[in-house]
Amino acid sequence: MSVQSNKSSSPAFYALMVCLIVMAMGPIMLMLATSFKTNVDVNDVAVGSFFFTPTIRNYEAVLCNVLWYAPASVDYCDPTFGRALGNSIFIALVSTAITLVVGCMAAYALVRFRFMGRGPISMTTLLMRMVPPAVLLVPVFGIWTFQYGLDGTYTGIILVYVAMNLPFVIWILQSFIVQVPIQLEEAAKMDGANPFQVFFLVVLPIIKPGLAAAAIFTFRIAWNEFLLSNALSGRSTRTVPVTIVNSITEYDIDWGVIMATGMLLAIPPVIFTFVASKQIITGMTAGAVKG
Amino acid sequence: MTTASKLNRLTPYLFLAPAVLLLAVALLYPIGYMIYASFLDWRPSQYIGEAEFVGFRNYINLWNDEAFRESFGVTLKFAAVVVSLEMLLGVGLALLLDRKLRGMAALRTIFILPMMIAPIVVGLMWRYMYHPTVGIFNRTLKSWGLDPIPWLSDGTWSFVAVVIADVWQWTPFIFILSLAALQSLPQSALEAAELDGATGWQKIWHIKLPLMMPVLIVALLLRLIDAFKVLEVVLVMTNGGPGLSTEILSLRIFRTAQEFQELGVAAAMSNYLLILLMILTVIMFVYNKAVENRAARLRAEAQEA
Repeated sequence: MSVQSNKSSSPAFYALMVCLIVMAMGPIMLMLATSFKTNVDVNDVAVGSFFFTPTIRNYEAVLCNVLWYAPASVDYCDPTFGRALGNSIFIALVSTAITLVVGCMAAYALVRFRFMGRGPISMTTLLMRMVPPAVLLVPVFGIWTFQYGLDGTYTGIILVYVAMNLPFVIWILQSFIVQVPIQLEEAAKMDGANPFQVFFLVVLPIIKPGLAAAAIFTFRIAWNEFLLSNALSGRSTRTVPVTIVNSITEYDIDWGVIMATGMLLAIPPVIFTFVASKQIITGMTAGAVKG
Repeated sequence: MTTASKLNRLTPYLFLAPAVLLLAVALLYPIGYMIYASFLDWRPSQYIGEAEFVGFRNYINLWNDEAFRESFGVTLKFAAVVVSLEMLLGVGLALLLDRKLRGMAALRTIFILPMMIAPIVVGLMWRYMYHPTVGIFNRTLKSWGLDPIPWLSDGTWSFVAVVIADVWQWTPFIFILSLAALQSLPQSALEAAELDGATGWQKIWHIKLPLMMPVLIVALLLRLIDAFKVLEVVLVMTNGGPGLSTEILSLRIFRTAQEFQELGVAAAMSNYLLILLMILTVIMFVYNKAVENRAARLRAEAQEA
């Protein structure tokens, strides 16, 4: 220990760390800078990447229909993005809430009860974790359109996101529930609490960090997902990733506006990262690193 | 008494019912449906019942389809290259930076950012940086008086470009896992080696890496599984091109369904991908179990002794 801490004051390690931080942040910073540039500045090679006169007109153009004022810089207001932003927020929040409630109940049952079918259920859940969205594309399109009649609805997209995230949420919450001291639950049972009261009043408050990690991961997937949303959403239920892809198929890209859109899509995950990096790391390492 | 015990027996099922129902309706059934659809000649304008049953034709045609085989090859090459680079860099950096450094928490936090941001946005950022004239790479090359690189318009370079973007995004994952593994190593083993006069390299080769191995193998498999799922970053950056140079499998599934409207063929492709992923998952599962069993046996032996 002491040997290591003496060596570590070497400036070379700090140089390496700064280098890594610049590399990780660089592309994001470049996107941020570009989102404040006019189209002229983006295309002018003489203008440096980080030295220019910033403007918020790209953000005004993107958010024109949800702003409280009519921006002077926007001649024609395209409401696509403003609406998509609302859709994304609604879909991500609702699917996260449902996934968490359903997922933690299932995880509790798998950890605390011995019953018939427990093995197969937990095994299937584990396998389902690996199913990529691309594999679900064809069947979900077919079933949602022809059988459930849910294409183009919020319910349809939320249903997919809940199902897609459940395996992971169940899996990660199991590792938190195992650590809850069983004596607490037994004491509550002695006092006459039924299983549901034990679960909601005793277990849930203890596994709050696990719930936070699970919530962030679920929100992130629902917020970032493109493929299934693209296949299922209609004109009025489209999410932000879909509108971004739709707007870059054209040859001539308005980089300033698209980077502003990208920044808006990146903001929630960035905030989560800075607020709850500990929970996120727990979530990432759970399962791979024991203890 | 009897109602209470009945309720007790039902409790786990009540807790599980919503999850099982949702998984069955929106995950298991679609997978079954996909397997069925892969035996059909089916277009989006038809009800699935109207589609013609063609047996294994989709699978056989795909196997003989040179474009599909090339796309499959690109997928394997992409996964192999990105995962090896990420393992080397991630583990290397973790070994190098595993010491008491101020600001380590900040580095870890910032390292999570690339993984949290939407793949669509990651693709967007890199596409901008690779832009032939306004992108930062070619601008820098130009200011040094060097020739611009055709990042996204040349087959080899676009593959390199996509690999760099993925390595940027996912090396931190390996780094964070390796660091966590290093920091949970038993101090006693390292101290014993130090007393024996082991050098830094010897400690890494003979103690750290072998003890980290279980975590590294799981990290490798997790990354491999994820590398086969990559879609949006490539879709935004190159849309599979130029030619088929970056057309990874999930992108081909998407295009077969969306552009060519051949749902049966896309389903058969999905099945190929799913089989591949299931094999990897089962390997990981079996490996994890073996490690757990070994750990349990060692604990039991230690207790007996």
